[in-house]
Amino acid sequence: MPDNALLTVEHVSKRFKVGRRVLHAVEDVSFDLPPGTTLGLVGESGSGKSTLGRIVLRLIEADAGRVLFQGQDLGKLSQEAMRKQRRYMQVIFQDPLASLNPHMTVGRAIEDALIVQQIGTKQERQEMVDEALRKVGLSPAVRDAFPFELSGGQQQRVGIARALSVGPRLIVCDEPISSLDVSIQVQIVKLLKDLQQDMGLSYIFISHNLGVVRHLSDTVLVLYLGRVVEHAPARELFRNPRHPYTRLLFDSILRIPKSSATRRKFVAIPGEMPSPLAPPPGCPFHPRCPIAVDKCKTEPPPLVEVSADHVAACHLAG
Amino acid sequence: MSDPLLKVENLRVEFQRSDGIVYAVNDVSFSIAPGETVGVVGESGSGKSTALMALLGLLDANGRVTGGHAWFQGADLLKLNRHQLEDIRGRDIGVVFQDPMLGLNPTMRIGDQIMEGMLEHHYASMKQAFQRTLDLLAEVGIPDPPARFRNYPFEFSGGMRQRVMIAMAIACEPQLLIADEPTTALDVTVQMQILALLDKLRRERRMSIIMITHDLGVATNFCDRIIVMYGGKIMETAPLDEFLHNPAHPYTIALFGSMLEPDDSEDWELHPIPGTAEPLLEFPQACPFAPRCSMAQPRCQTEMPQLRLFENEHWIACHRAEEVMSRAG
Repeated sequence: MPDNALLTVEHVSKRFKVGRRVLHAVEDVSFDLPPGTTLGLVGESGSGKSTLGRIVLRLIEADAGRVLFQGQDLGKLSQEAMRKQRRYMQVIFQDPLASLNPHMTVGRAIEDALIVQQIGTKQERQEMVDEALRKVGLSPAVRDAFPFELSGGQQQRVGIARALSVGPRLIVCDEPISSLDVSIQVQIVKLLKDLQQDMGLSYIFISHNLGVVRHLSDTVLVLYLGRVVEHAPARELFRNPRHPYTRLLFDSILRIPKSSATRRKFVAIPGEMPSPLAPPPGCPFHPRCPIAVDKCKTEPPPLVEVSADHVAACHLAG
Repeated sequence: MSDPLLKVENLRVEFQRSDGIVYAVNDVSFSIAPGETVGVVGESGSGKSTALMALLGLLDANGRVTGGHAWFQGADLLKLNRHQLEDIRGRDIGVVFQDPMLGLNPTMRIGDQIMEGMLEHHYASMKQAFQRTLDLLAEVGIPDPPARFRNYPFEFSGGMRQRVMIAMAIACEPQLLIADEPTTALDVTVQMQILALLDKLRRERRMSIIMITHDLGVATNFCDRIIVMYGGKIMETAPLDEFLHNPAHPYTIALFGSMLEPDDSEDWELHPIPGTAEPLLEFPQACPFAPRCSMAQPRCQTEMPQLRLFENEHWIACHRAEEVMSRAG
């Protein structure tokens, strides 16, 4: 573990029992997150990216591996010690309305987070609420509004204000802009970037929107069926994707063409992501992989370094 | 240019809410030619879905059409009764929704659901409909049709459900397919699969498609012509190349600026459009985008800009369109 990491995830795995079968949600994932940086978690439905985010926050217990946050093994902390740590690790969800109590005013919802963490006197907390609202670009008047009275973008700002109020060092952002309009998405992305600069926050940014991930992330981890298929600095990954799945993902991005002549040709991509209940043997991507060889069908490829700080799990990427 | 397949004129839609009337669609006119694909782009509240759902008689109970015409095969869709409209919907006009679960009956085998439409519209006999359902399932890329025929919607993935939805929508060989955010809920690789399927279908059948989407990437790659809506009005419409080369409405330009594309760029300064779109509680008398527009002048706050025709079939509703165009050029 590098000395400067805020968060270190080591060989974390999580399996869920579904009836008599076992769902491999997360398989042997490791990464470090230095302070003030953003890790983008990318993958499609069923890739395990949200489960991994919840494991980091210890909202779900891992079956194997450990999560070190500020040098402490979260799995070994008592409930009380964990509650104290939660002040430093917050979360923002996709649906801001669902994550806010509909019967609580915005001010009360934010203050509640402070009360749980036993921060400040009542008077001080009021000031902190106003301060948090101001940081996310909302007027203090919003304090007395109920969540349903706000627009989607404002609700998400409240979600961010609530997370910020307790003074976190890490915020797990789980698809925080997916349900917002594009013009509002850009507002929230800019807000998250500005807050990171001002406050030195670290983010784990979970998203299927690769453009946003590219803009926000320092490093990006690509998951497929719960496994890391590629992990690299964002710039390097987007310039030089080495895993066929990462390439497939990037090929699926629809950029605005320069003219009708340069429009995308729509070619059917073979196959669907297999069920995590029955992951294929060998490389989990081999049934859909355009370059798979016999070895891929039987031998799971290890993560190997393909260039500096760039690892990929592909027999043919070396 | 051939006669339009669908011609919408001055469509108005209102919703009754507890706090008053929301003016959702305000004098929207457009048409679509046979075999053409039109993309209707806008954010929530722009009226893009409402306008199309109004034509199909699929508004929520508190919504009503208060004006306009929609000419399709010689009839005004807005004047038809429920039975006449149901007859056209599903036979001559197919519909695909964002959430396929909304369009599918969860308690019915998917094969029966696809057959049902053909039988209701007297499109095929029982025997023909059965065979055709198997063919359709194969055509939309669902493996092993005889087995999948008997499955229920929950037994399919999101992408496969959308394929079933498309099979239902095209079963009676409609001339027009209205697709309302058909790929928004899907993963990117699945989005590509569904767009590839729609692309194949429109080429093989010369079917017209109206694609409602908030995603400029989808619209510009898939469509021949783009309509940009805001505040229940058309802000700008042009054939694709004209739209890409000379976008001329400040809202369109702001939308282009909001596209976060994953490419290296030195200038990564984000310039979000300030503010949010508010529902219109009064009939709009001024440009609905003016409160958020960086180019707005006093005139924009008081006077509704009309859609004006420029070169290359390019229509723009902005008082300052000439300036925007010369600035960009």
